[in-house]
Amino acid sequence: MAYKTVIGLEIHAELLTKTKIFCSCLAEFGKEVNTHCCPVCLGFPGALPVLNKKVVEYCIRAGLALKCEISNKSRMDRKNYFYPDLVKGYQITQYSNPLCKNGYIKINTKDGDKKIRIKRIHIEEDTGKSVYDEKGNILLDYNRSGVPLIEIVTYPDMNSPEEARIFLEKLKAILQYIEVSDCKMEEGSLRCDININVIDEETGIKSTITEVKNLNSFKAAVKAMEFEEKRHIELLEQGKNTLKETRRWDENRNETVVMRVKETVEDYRYFPEPDLVYIEVDENWIKNIKENLPELPEDKKERFIRDYNLPEYDAKVLTSSKKLADFFEETVKISNNPKQVSNWLMGDILGWLNVKNMDISEIKFTYKEFADLLELINEGKISNNIGKKVLKIMFEEGKNPKIIVKEKGLLQMSNASELERIVDKIMEENKQSVEDYKKGKEKVLGFLIGQVMKATKGKANPQLVNKIILEKLRQ
Amino acid sequence: MDLINLTIHELRDLIRNREVSSEEIVKSFFSRIEEVEDKVGSFITLTKEKALEDARRIDKKIKEDITSLSDLAGIPVGIKDNIVTEGIKTTCGSRILENFIPPYDATVVKKLKLNGAIIVGKTNMDEFAMGSSTENSTFKITKNPWDLNRVPGGSSGGSAAAVSASEVPYALGSSTGGSIRQPAAFCGVVGLKPTYGLVSRYGLVAFASSFDQIGPLTKDVEDCAIVLNSIVGFDKKDSTSVDNDSIDYTKALIKDIRGLKIALPKEYFDNRIDSKIKEKVLDAVKTLEKLGAKIDYVSLPHTEYALATYYTLASSEASSNLAKFDGVRYGKRAKNYNGVEELIVKTRTEGFGDEVKRRIMIGTYFLSSSHYSEYYKKAQKVRTLIIRDFEKVFNEFDVIISPTTPTLPYKIGEKKEKFISMYLSDILTVSANIAGIPAITIPCSYIDDLPVGMQILGKAFGEEDILSVAYTYEKNSNFQRRAPKIKEGIKNGI
Ligand SMILES: [Zn+2]
Repeated sequence: MAYKTVIGLEIHAELLTKTKIFCSCLAEFGKEVNTHCCPVCLGFPGALPVLNKKVVEYCIRAGLALKCEISNKSRMDRKNYFYPDLVKGYQITQYSNPLCKNGYIKINTKDGDKKIRIKRIHIEEDTGKSVYDEKGNILLDYNRSGVPLIEIVTYPDMNSPEEARIFLEKLKAILQYIEVSDCKMEEGSLRCDININVIDEETGIKSTITEVKNLNSFKAAVKAMEFEEKRHIELLEQGKNTLKETRRWDENRNETVVMRVKETVEDYRYFPEPDLVYIEVDENWIKNIKENLPELPEDKKERFIRDYNLPEYDAKVLTSSKKLADFFEETVKISNNPKQVSNWLMGDILGWLNVKNMDISEIKFTYKEFADLLELINEGKISNNIGKKVLKIMFEEGKNPKIIVKEKGLLQMSNASELERIVDKIMEENKQSVEDYKKGKEKVLGFLIGQVMKATKGKANPQLVNKIILEKLRQ
Repeated sequence: MDLINLTIHELRDLIRNREVSSEEIVKSFFSRIEEVEDKVGSFITLTKEKALEDARRIDKKIKEDITSLSDLAGIPVGIKDNIVTEGIKTTCGSRILENFIPPYDATVVKKLKLNGAIIVGKTNMDEFAMGSSTENSTFKITKNPWDLNRVPGGSSGGSAAAVSASEVPYALGSSTGGSIRQPAAFCGVVGLKPTYGLVSRYGLVAFASSFDQIGPLTKDVEDCAIVLNSIVGFDKKDSTSVDNDSIDYTKALIKDIRGLKIALPKEYFDNRIDSKIKEKVLDAVKTLEKLGAKIDYVSLPHTEYALATYYTLASSEASSNLAKFDGVRYGKRAKNYNGVEELIVKTRTEGFGDEVKRRIMIGTYFLSSSHYSEYYKKAQKVRTLIIRDFEKVFNEFDVIISPTTPTLPYKIGEKKEKFISMYLSDILTVSANIAGIPAITIPCSYIDDLPVGMQILGKAFGEEDILSVAYTYEKNSNFQRRAPKIKEGIKNGI
């Protein structure tokens, strides 16, 4: 039987504003608990929210980048519920009238291009954070209370976990490009909820939509979707249906587990936030934000293909993150060999980042130092292979490649007379091989070169060694 | 010298002429408080030591430089206990905030302090400003200084009684549906609810955000203008506040009202209003007519829906505004509980009084998704109609005049359990809060030794209009500044 999977996503992205959404407390992550708090973000009696204009600007920026319509007049609403990390007994959000509506992201799937429609993007405040200690006490940290968020809600347009992954990666790249969020999932600045069900394509029977909450990595999100997809199909095959429930991903058990079964719809008693005035956005403001929008990944990819003559694959990888693309472009400005830069970036550098589980922004050396490394290679001062070794040291110690090469004595030996002496010595030690060559065993050449490289600890210029040995053998 | 019966401007003049020091003034008022507070019960918290200290500091300043002195410098004030004061307990008349000491000042308090005002204490109120009699305070029942068996009105009853009983020359109150004007009328003082947004709400513990406004309770109209001057102004901490602070409201205190057009809404003089009160207010209107004002009857056709609209919207907002009192961060927390949910439920069960619970429950009901359109949304629409009613009248008239209350102050306990009948005491005042327009009450007569209030409403930001009418009437009548005789040996409490 054939099943169609239907996936919709709700993504929360924390905005990169300096201050919180309704007060002037710093919105920074990772500070000592409960140090960035004031009467407003703690919801003290009498305190009133005042909307941070930057938050509106960032939300519009995201809306424009995701091809949304921007509402000229919108407002904030209250969503009422009780929770200890919720300071006011309600969360200020947008409900009936979001700032951005009806956008989309085009993704590239194995079946071709596909539009994933975005229903809405709205502004809201983050809540505090509950931490449980060993005794089961709830400890509360309100530093995050009032940190601005945007919530991006898609239509259920994705039909596989793979499509959802592509969508999420693209969305993350766009948000990073336009610098509204750093999208660090491990710091909770990008979180995602999944709505998923499957449809039996023959009978038209649908499984009940399950919500999986708070996925904090793409890997977990994909695994959760795969798990749910399978679970839904299995249940339908047994003639059962799924329950209307909210689940969460259990990292240790590698499965989703039930958080709560929704018997009734939760009533949040939304109503217009009376402490805030309407958000009015005039066309000029939108125009201004649009004009100052940076180049988006799709456009950048096209430009990379055009201007740097890169294969589409390279351009796609390099523009998948703004920081990677910037690193590429800055390096090319100096070293002027786009394909070489691309090869190194996509090969060794991404490889190391992957191994070390690091982001390009955390790299210890600068694009200038990377360009220096390429220069050393291009000028023949070190070989490609030595270059790779130097790069490894750069990753670990963050030193300038020129200094590394000098300190470790890795400079390529290109002195012909010196190399000749070494070649003579090797030939002397391997007389049998020389004889074999002369009898027509050309393979021996490689062995002799290898011996020279070994003797010079890889520093000898291989082309030159090749040339000298050949000359000597032909004598 | 009997300082306690003087107004702000009279005390100010004495200070400026160096005839009296702030310390002397503050001491006089505290001895008055000691004399009558037991009977009246205006205050929840008194801050005598701090007040005397502040007074001495002001006196020092006065000695150095008298020219830059504000009108309020060195003069005592009482602050309604739902306006937060740094370091001073702010209870909102509720068990749930019994021991809450705010870490910050409300903007109005900050402004008063900058002007050198001396805070003597926090005045009693209906719990979270919900009520019209100050019987709903957790801590005490405030008595009407004119008759200690009667209520002072509410919810700013403590502020009104404190001014009326000369425990302070003026006080701040707050109004959501009439909570400044109604107690001012019951206690025979002047009370003003400014235009919504004219005075910052930052630091006013919210009851219903779209209605709440802070305003002064004073002995006369001039004082009212003086206090208004010092508390108005745009506040970047309150995005609903407006920039209108270049006006000097004392300049509106002129006695010329020739050609002024006064509207009398027939709905405000109907048979729900005590006929003796109507008579007295119409007498006052005649006085204004004699002084050159033009009078005509008008209709505010949606008046009959005002009370329902008010209770629907205000309770809805209140149910949400009061959700923050959950025992997690501050205030009272229930002692024994299992888990978070029980902590919140028990804290709120123990912490809130009946009236507050009643409003939270009806507000929650109105906002629930299955009833939202039926109640909240419909009430919003009626609110718009009520606003239009006023706009129509103000296209032709300068001010609207009516009685402030439908009855004279009633006996303590008389309406305690008949809350619908108590809600009706706001019937003449709620519309101004619904429409956000300014309204003032001034004493215009006495019936059986109980004060009668006349209400003057103006268009949005028309404070100058209503102040000038109020001032003209005050100067041309002899009802203002009658002081109640607080009787000895009265039965205290109920
Ligand atoms: Zn804050």
